[in-house]
Amino acid sequence: MTEQVLTKPTNASSNDEVENALGAHDTATDQYLTFIMANEEYGVDILSVQEIRGWEDATPIPNSPDFVKGVINLRGTIVPIIDLRLRFGLNQAEYGPMTVVIVLKVSDEKGNKVIGIVVDAVSDVYSLSSEEMRHPPELGDQVNISFIKGLVDVQGKMVILLNIDVLLNLKELPDVETLKKIIHE
Amino acid sequence: MSIDLSQFHQVFFEESFEGLDSMEEGLLDLNPDVFDVETINTIFRAAHSIKGGAGTFGFQVVAEFTHVVETLLDEIRAGSRSLTSNHIDLLLRSVDCLREIMHALQDGDEPEMALANELKASFEAVLSGQDAAPVEDAQAASVEQTVSAASDAAEETSDVSTDTPPPSGYWSIYFKPDADVLRTGNEPVRMFRELECLGALSVEAVTCDVPEFSQLDPEVCYLAWNLTLNGGTRAEIDEVFEWVVDESELSIRWVDDVEDVTSQKISARDEGASDEGARDEGARDERALSAEHPSDVLAQTQSGKEQPIQEPSIQEQSIQEQSVQQASSQAPSVSEQSTQAPSVSEQSTQEQPSQEQQAQGQSAEPQPAEAAKTVKKAPAKSASESTSIRVGIDKIDSLINMVGELVITQSMLGQLGANFDMEKLVRLQEGLAQLEHNTRELQESVMRIRMLPISFTFSRFPRLVRDLSKQMDKKIDLVLLGENTELDKTVMEKIGDPMVHLIRNSLDHGIEVPEARVAAGKPETGTITLNAFHQGGNIIIQIIDDGKGLDRDRILSKAIERGLVAEGERLSDEQIHELIFHPGFSTADKISDISGRGVGMDVVRRNIQELNGSVEVESTPGVGSTFTIRLPLTLAILDGQLVRVGNEVFILPLVSIIESLQVDLSMINNVGGQSEVLRLRDEYVPIVKLHELLNVEPDSTELENGLLVVVEADNTKVGLFVDDLLAQQQVVIKSLEQNYQRVEGISGATILGDGKVALIVDISGMLKMANQTNGRFKSKDFQAA
Repeated sequence: MTEQVLTKPTNASSNDEVENALGAHDTATDQYLTFIMANEEYGVDILSVQEIRGWEDATPIPNSPDFVKGVINLRGTIVPIIDLRLRFGLNQAEYGPMTVVIVLKVSDEKGNKVIGIVVDAVSDVYSLSSEEMRHPPELGDQVNISFIKGLVDVQGKMVILLNIDVLLNLKELPDVETLKKIIHE
Repeated sequence: MSIDLSQFHQVFFEESFEGLDSMEEGLLDLNPDVFDVETINTIFRAAHSIKGGAGTFGFQVVAEFTHVVETLLDEIRAGSRSLTSNHIDLLLRSVDCLREIMHALQDGDEPEMALANELKASFEAVLSGQDAAPVEDAQAASVEQTVSAASDAAEETSDVSTDTPPPSGYWSIYFKPDADVLRTGNEPVRMFRELECLGALSVEAVTCDVPEFSQLDPEVCYLAWNLTLNGGTRAEIDEVFEWVVDESELSIRWVDDVEDVTSQKISARDEGASDEGARDEGARDERALSAEHPSDVLAQTQSGKEQPIQEPSIQEQSIQEQSVQQASSQAPSVSEQSTQAPSVSEQSTQEQPSQEQQAQGQSAEPQPAEAAKTVKKAPAKSASESTSIRVGIDKIDSLINMVGELVITQSMLGQLGANFDMEKLVRLQEGLAQLEHNTRELQESVMRIRMLPISFTFSRFPRLVRDLSKQMDKKIDLVLLGENTELDKTVMEKIGDPMVHLIRNSLDHGIEVPEARVAAGKPETGTITLNAFHQGGNIIIQIIDDGKGLDRDRILSKAIERGLVAEGERLSDEQIHELIFHPGFSTADKISDISGRGVGMDVVRRNIQELNGSVEVESTPGVGSTFTIRLPLTLAILDGQLVRVGNEVFILPLVSIIESLQVDLSMINNVGGQSEVLRLRDEYVPIVKLHELLNVEPDSTELENGLLVVVEADNTKVGLFVDDLLAQQQVVIKSLEQNYQRVEGISGATILGDGKVALIVDISGMLKMANQTNGRFKSKDFQAA
């Protein structure tokens, strides 16, 4: 846990470089908040992030899938908390003081929802243009990868950009092995 | 300088719908035999406000239509025409028609004018004193469903009574406003602009009165205008000048290309001018009236300072003229008209049956079209559904008082906290108690804002019953009880349709035709009673009829026919009555447009259940049926019992709890060694273990270590096994679906005092879960055994 937090400063400096590089191109960029989960770095559109808070106990919802940790009271609103590790079929990490919940605004056909995701640690904010983004490799029909917006190489490190609207509304996700295959292909 | 009037449209529509409601209410109270000036005045004022508003906001169709309605009302009010039931019918239909038009306008659609034109023609016919023929015309039009026929009828009568100009010619208008017209906020240029919308307009200013510059008062209007206008109707022009007509010199003249037609019109104008005195008198009347009824002054001022009398009187003038033309032997005097009246009412009584046919034809035949219309409208409706709510000032005042108290308590506590020591503990506790008290009162008052008397829903039923009973040749009295019972607005909006359905059912299936009633020794007139009252945390609405009751055998045979019930199965009355709520169930031999398609009762039940309510029926053959709807008072707050299962706290709705008890093992029976049943006095109640159902780790699975809460839902009792009972408290219901999804057995969540989320158990949903999983439990228990 602490290691990941310690990576922050280095990442921040790299971020500056990225921004400078992009500024020279003068193209429209989007900002992404990235977080660490099982040593992979994932990014979500920063505009969908409502807030970042520490882990607190949630009230479990009966008969719900294991990745739904429960609901919390977010200033009067009932917000469900989803463990993204479990959602991806990874082992559950111990929740500690460094465990972070990213509260996201997700839109689906019924309107906006507010959902919290549990991740290992928040990493950084990058400004990325769509030109830098690589499409994930097609894996045929059997694997639905529509929740991946694209892959970006930042300082030789692979960042997986997630399409959060799709991700949190999907009924099924490919398991993490397939995911690894996609990323490192 | 232009003001965007559209921002006021919503207010106009709301006011107008209220106006229409009060018109309808008044019309239903009217009795042709009793001349009730007060009621007629109320109706007239409502119509007039609508007209005024519609004119201001540029809804010409509404203004024009209301104008004819108003003219008839004015004559009735002035006593120059006696009221007949035919008039009431006509007025009621026009209220419906106006409502349709305004809904269309509100949704931004083009209003359907066929019915309006047809009604307008009928009105003009009535006004011209020949009730019979044109109504038939209009009827023919409605039966044939051809717009052209309606407009023919309209044309036939309109050229005499609304001064529709012949195709060629122009209006010549001389307009000289009083000097202070600008001070009263009337802008002639804007009127001209409006006139321009009616047709090609040329304006010529008469500047002879303008003084020298040194004497010029910038706020005084010295100008007069000569205008010529190609197009528009007299009514439309009158509408433009409506606001200033008594503060100006105004003459409106039709100049025809063919000269001789005008002469008669001009003479009418002269008469109109000499009529001025009479007008003033009328206007004074009106003022006196509004002074008498302070509450109405508001409506008056809202519609500006218009003088409602004058236009109708002009109208009257032209009508009288027309009767000269039509029946030259009759002198066109007011007294003549009133002597005419009896014959009119005779005609209208003859008219009655065919009118009914018409009503029937209208509701029965064009149904597909109507259905199509409602389908089309549905999405637009939802957009305009979120409307405002009218709250009594007393409720607001009490809220403000309470907020004041809350602020005082807060500052007291703040002071206490700033330099606190243990000596002040007592005062702190007092302060907290005060705060709790304030909060609860505030909460109750805020909830009361959403509460409206149920008469808002009930008020639409007299009309429904009147129309349907006429249509079905039944005599029915509608009795409304408990109209002031208050109910949450959201609940109220959703209960209307199920109630309409139940009342239609009672009318159609319940109440017998008069002959059958007399034969059964009952009074000829049937009674439907709507009753509303509070009971516990619920509101109960009953629909009681004294008709023939549910036909037990018929329902049973139909149920067997449809395979819902096995032949030879014995059912209690209650179970049989329950069958009518089954989807697609109908005992009607033939499908009428009122009921009988069998889609009704299950929808009624579903709608009511969506509101967390229930509906039951009791019935005695030959005596009548009672439908009882039970609804929660509000959807936002719940009296809850907190229970603990393991580490989790759940909330049970207090209304569904019958009792809680500690388990004495001697009261437990194992039915067939499988499921456990509690013997509660002379009942056997199955036991459901909440921890099994909700997958929670309990303190103990042994019955004697916990508590049983006996709850009831859908007429079924179960004992819920929990670890502990905690506090009882009111909880604010928060939606789980908003950010998550529906959870079986859970109706929502709430936030407890410590900020934690607790889930609210949906008792009836949980019972369903228990029934579904029953088989699993059984097999598991069986294996364990």
